[in-house]
Amino acid sequence: MGLTTPSASAPPAAASPGTGPGAPPTPDDPASLKVVPARHYARWVAAVAVIVLVAQFAHGLATNPVWEWGVFRDYVLSETIVHAVWVTLQLTAYATVLGFLLGTVLAFMRLSRSPVLQTVAWTYIWIFRSIPMIVQLVFWFNLSALYERLGFGIPFGPVFWSVDSNSIIGTMGAAVIGLTLHQAAYAAEIVRGGVIAVDHGQLEAAAALGIPRLRQIRRIVLPQAMRAILPTAGNEIIGLLKGTSVVYVMSIGELFYQVQVIYGRNGRVIPLLLVATAWYVVLTSLLSVAQYYVERRYARGANRTPPPTPLQRARRFVRTLRAAAAQRNQPVTPLKPLGDSR
Amino acid sequence: MNDVTVAVEDTTPTVDDVMVELHGVHKSFGPLEVLRGVDLQVHVGEVTVILGPSGSGKSTLLRTINHLEKVNRGWISIDGELIGYRRSGSKLHELKEKDVLKQRTHIGFVFQNFNLFPHLTVLDNLVEAPVSALRRPRKAAEETARGLLDRVEETARGLLDRVGLADKADAYPRQLSGGQQQRVAIARALALEPKVLLFDEPTSALDPELVGEVLDVIKDLAGTGTTMIVVTHEIGFAREVADTVVFMDGGVVVEQGPPAAVLDDPQHERTRAFLSKVL
Ligand SMILES: Nc1ncnc2c1ncn2[C@@H]1O[C@H](COP(=O)(O)OP(=O)(O)O)[C@@H](O)[C@H]1O
Ligand SMILES: [Mg+2]
Repeated sequence: MGLTTPSASAPPAAASPGTGPGAPPTPDDPASLKVVPARHYARWVAAVAVIVLVAQFAHGLATNPVWEWGVFRDYVLSETIVHAVWVTLQLTAYATVLGFLLGTVLAFMRLSRSPVLQTVAWTYIWIFRSIPMIVQLVFWFNLSALYERLGFGIPFGPVFWSVDSNSIIGTMGAAVIGLTLHQAAYAAEIVRGGVIAVDHGQLEAAAALGIPRLRQIRRIVLPQAMRAILPTAGNEIIGLLKGTSVVYVMSIGELFYQVQVIYGRNGRVIPLLLVATAWYVVLTSLLSVAQYYVERRYARGANRTPPPTPLQRARRFVRTLRAAAAQRNQPVTPLKPLGDSR
Repeated sequence: MNDVTVAVEDTTPTVDDVMVELHGVHKSFGPLEVLRGVDLQVHVGEVTVILGPSGSGKSTLLRTINHLEKVNRGWISIDGELIGYRRSGSKLHELKEKDVLKQRTHIGFVFQNFNLFPHLTVLDNLVEAPVSALRRPRKAAEETARGLLDRVEETARGLLDRVGLADKADAYPRQLSGGQQQRVAIARALALEPKVLLFDEPTSALDPELVGEVLDVIKDLAGTGTTMIVVTHEIGFAREVADTVVFMDGGVVVEQGPPAAVLDDPQHERTRAFLSKVL
């Protein structure tokens, strides 16, 4: 809509001879008119204002002595911190794997035809979504107060073998259990959402082919459910990674706890919080990249032509830039008629 | 739970050369009685085409045959074996899901919407059931699958110079045309070497120019003596391929017989009314 020319008097360029490159512009031929792009003054002002603000903030980050970048540098790769990052990763990994395993079982319990299984799963999800994680963790931490000894035996009958509960569930164990149980409640709903998003015809086809029940779930339903599960699960795992910082209440040496211990000793609060922040950002970024590739893997077959990989996209971008540069070096390129360029 | 009442004395499947037998089949969804006593016999190597207006219970009938729907009354047998039940003495025991799944491997089902597994390649679609349900070795299953792809390809080859399906073994279903997808779905059903093939409106979801290639494959199967029950609205196909045409309406078989009799000289008013609309 940039050019408004009476269309009756505007034949396409191909039809009018003498409008090739170098031909003198004729006033009634839109193909040879110069285009003046619209100017967005307000947009420019806004951009300048934002750039100034960002620059000011960056300058402050670099020069304000409060951030104490020297202290940050001393600690960010120190052995204590790296070990604490490792503990954080372990907690995240265990709770993710166990949480999603239990969550998947709960999801299929809720989807099962047995009212007993449905009710149990529903109740579990209801309870564990209702209790704040920190409350639950402290509960598990004090498990030995609840159940001094854990034993195996006949339900409501004699016990054959038992142990002191604190001796098998150390603090780390209690933390993993707490995070897992909490995670499972959310994972269950995510998995269930993914499963009910799979076309019912898929299950019918699998049943009609006589594919065994478990195999139907593993090979036909879950891979297709993954498309709906992954984006939410990615969110959930990143939330969990940061959520592990809650276990500092149990004095477990994960990232946030360790950082607190150090600044409790030396009083350098801000740079040490920066250390923790930097690590959480790095880990979250890695998870986001991983998520991208896992999603890609499960998108196989979903589209006629799969979307390009980042590498292909980068190559395409370079090619576009080159083409643009080559065009700029051309002498005069008359504009194509509007109808063609669309 | 379904309320299953089966008259045990009647459960004596005719053996001879009857492949599929339905006896007094009733099926309701809640208060809606969809099948109201259907009797049907399909002989070995015969093609039975089921015609009938929308909502007359054709799909439901096909689905009861492979026990995707449980019947409320009556019984169904394939090759002399009761579907979904086991008879011992004067009792009928409902089969466990595992055994029902095993019975289904003898019954090929082709859906209107293909229902191919979109996340698996064409070859994996064909190999999945033989490997997991019949425990065939993967290598052998793949070889059979490639042979079947060639077969559903060749019969459709006459039409145009189409891209070979065998070359598409590693493609994903969504990269194929509708006609190709349905031919793959037929090959997938054949991969189990079923005793009988059921088709539920196999060409209804296809563009008109793709109908022919799918019907050609079904004709080819008919020529090689595969027992089939085909629900379709393609009267020309019924006339050419069917041994028996069954006209259904309101959950009962209104009339049945050779195509010439049912299509050209229908005895019932309802059949005549339906045919005058379709032809
Ligand atoms: N699962 C179901 N629940 C309730 N009603 C159903 C169900 N399946 C089919 N019906 C009903 O049964 C009737 C027959 O359906 P169907 O067998 O699909 O007919 P046709 O294939 O001949 O068009 C229709 O009225 C349909 O709405
Ligand atoms: Mg139907």
